[in-house]
Amino acid sequence: MDAFTTLTGIAAPLPMANVDTDKIIPARFLKTIARTGLGKSLFANLRYREDGSENPDFVLNQEPYRRAEILIAHENFGCGSSREHAPWALLDFGIRCVIAPDFADIFHNNSFKNGILPVRLPREVCDQLMEDARLGANARITVDLERQVVVRPNGEEIPFEIDPLRRHLLLNGLDDIGQTMQQAPAIDSFEARQRAAQPWLYR
Amino acid sequence: MSATKPRTLYDKIFDAHLVETLPDGTALLYIDRHLVHEVTSPQAFEGLRMAKRPVRRLDGTMAVVDHNIATDASRFTGIDDPESRVQVETLERNVKEFNVPYIPLTDARQGIVHIIGPEQGLSLPGMTIVCGDSHTSTHGALGALAFGIGTSEVEHVLATQTLLQKRAKNMRVTVEGQLPAGCTAKDIVLAIIGKIGTAGGNGHVIEYAGSTIRALDMAGRFSICNMSIEAGARAGMIAPDQTTFDYVKGRPYAPQGEAFDRAVEWWKTLPTDEGAVFDKEVFLDAAEIVPMVSWGTSPEDVLPITATVPDPEGGGDEARREQLRRMVEYMGLTPGQKLTDLKVDVVFIGSCTNSRIEDMRAAAAIARGRKVAEGVRAMVVPGSGLVKLQAEREGLDAVFKEAGFEWREAGCSMCLGMNPDKLKPGQRCASTSNRNFEGRQGPGGRTHLCSPAMAAAAAITGHLTDVREIAQGMH
Repeated sequence: MDAFTTLTGIAAPLPMANVDTDKIIPARFLKTIARTGLGKSLFANLRYREDGSENPDFVLNQEPYRRAEILIAHENFGCGSSREHAPWALLDFGIRCVIAPDFADIFHNNSFKNGILPVRLPREVCDQLMEDARLGANARITVDLERQVVVRPNGEEIPFEIDPLRRHLLLNGLDDIGQTMQQAPAIDSFEARQRAAQPWLYR
Repeated sequence: MSATKPRTLYDKIFDAHLVETLPDGTALLYIDRHLVHEVTSPQAFEGLRMAKRPVRRLDGTMAVVDHNIATDASRFTGIDDPESRVQVETLERNVKEFNVPYIPLTDARQGIVHIIGPEQGLSLPGMTIVCGDSHTSTHGALGALAFGIGTSEVEHVLATQTLLQKRAKNMRVTVEGQLPAGCTAKDIVLAIIGKIGTAGGNGHVIEYAGSTIRALDMAGRFSICNMSIEAGARAGMIAPDQTTFDYVKGRPYAPQGEAFDRAVEWWKTLPTDEGAVFDKEVFLDAAEIVPMVSWGTSPEDVLPITATVPDPEGGGDEARREQLRRMVEYMGLTPGQKLTDLKVDVVFIGSCTNSRIEDMRAAAAIARGRKVAEGVRAMVVPGSGLVKLQAEREGLDAVFKEAGFEWREAGCSMCLGMNPDKLKPGQRCASTSNRNFEGRQGPGGRTHLCSPAMAAAAAITGHLTDVREIAQGMH
């Protein structure tokens, strides 16, 4: 996983609530055994017309948002399925940060595991950033994880909250399996205790 | 935590699986059961392979194919779609390489992962259960802590049998009273989601309680917990009771004999203590529940079948009005139109929400002696090979076939549009599945969520129908 420290880039406005994971990547594109290559299918049902051509009305088909690295959306982003293909598709397209008033739980979790930073900010702040994003290429937004601030194009800094452990893992690009493996003795002794108390859980 | 403080069902199971608390308060939670399927596991096994890590608890893991496969006879002669075939073959290669127990496509026990877990006794009360699928919340109906995880977490569990977790908040949804005729567990859960919204349970684990819930059979309880994720909650739970114990007893992977009695003793200690505090409480009066149907493209957009299509200009701020306009347009509706006037092209009875034998019976009761309306494609997809066999023993397959329904092989089928069972653009479907998102059942497809009896009723009349009208005189 790539570390996330500071990102300055173009932000795409997606003023929709309940952007579900079927919208982010429809199930017919989940038939892959790789993590990469899903960017072209990101938001497929919104991004392409029935004949496969691009829908010019969709934000990611417009300049400069084809190069967007930040996405700004409304409430409950990422609801629905647990498919990690959703953050994989965002990442493969080039999105490293999603800013929204809140996120569905599993998507939120999956994002961190893939080096995508989900930033929770109040709706009115998201609306301001949405307006900034609409200004296009001249309106770059900075997301600074080290200092926990989003910097608007006008220089105004907006602080955000983040779980300290997740921040640490993201700043350092750490894989949490390696971390957990260090707890192997504690896992061993848990299993020994549980096996004694509830032997039916072991075959 | 003090042992005397009253605790919830969730807290008790969480505490019983706590391996360690990390300095920042994150819990390392032990996972008893890990169910694996073909779609969300290939990259996890690949990660293990690259790091040369084995699967830690083979006896805690079970793999099955369900999402990708066809539900007609073609599945027995090989999978046509090359990508689907690769995914299924990859799972088969992975289970062989890592020695993971596996129920293959040709096995009578094969089926939807959330049907076969409980059916085989792989899912038990008091357990922590995970699967790379959001509808893992289903298994919480047994009084287990069960939730969906992403592929990185699948890899984490395969390697360590644990997960890093933050403790969720406790929410209780209490439903009291007798459920009116024609209403089912599906109507209860649709009513709950309609009330609290798709983000209503975010950050919480929902415990369903009250006399209405206690009176439900296990099938109904599974349907309710299944859709917890549609209310934003990662997990839903119901306290284990005699109904639960009777269900579990004798299942292949359940404890047997004396071990079962010991297990029951422990399971009986799990229900929420008197006086335990919930962060959020919601109450529903069962008497007010009516047969429900979704009209929009989010599971919170549900209405009684007796209602009319809402007017987007009537609701909320501009953003919400815009959302409503888009839904009305996508769904091909006219504000003010009666829901019962909506003609359906397809009826889908199946999915991890509603494909148990009880669901088959409920649909068959409506189908018996009637005919599917002209021009409607109606399909019944049992949740597992064993559900299918049981239904056939009861003659339900004959009831469906005589009425003009397709009787198919077990799988996820038309719930999610990633196998051959898909809606065509513009088709309208009465579906017993769990999600009515845009394109969920196929690009451009229009989904109306409802109970099995309601779906069967729509198949017979050719339009969304109040099942109470069809059922009149049945009892």
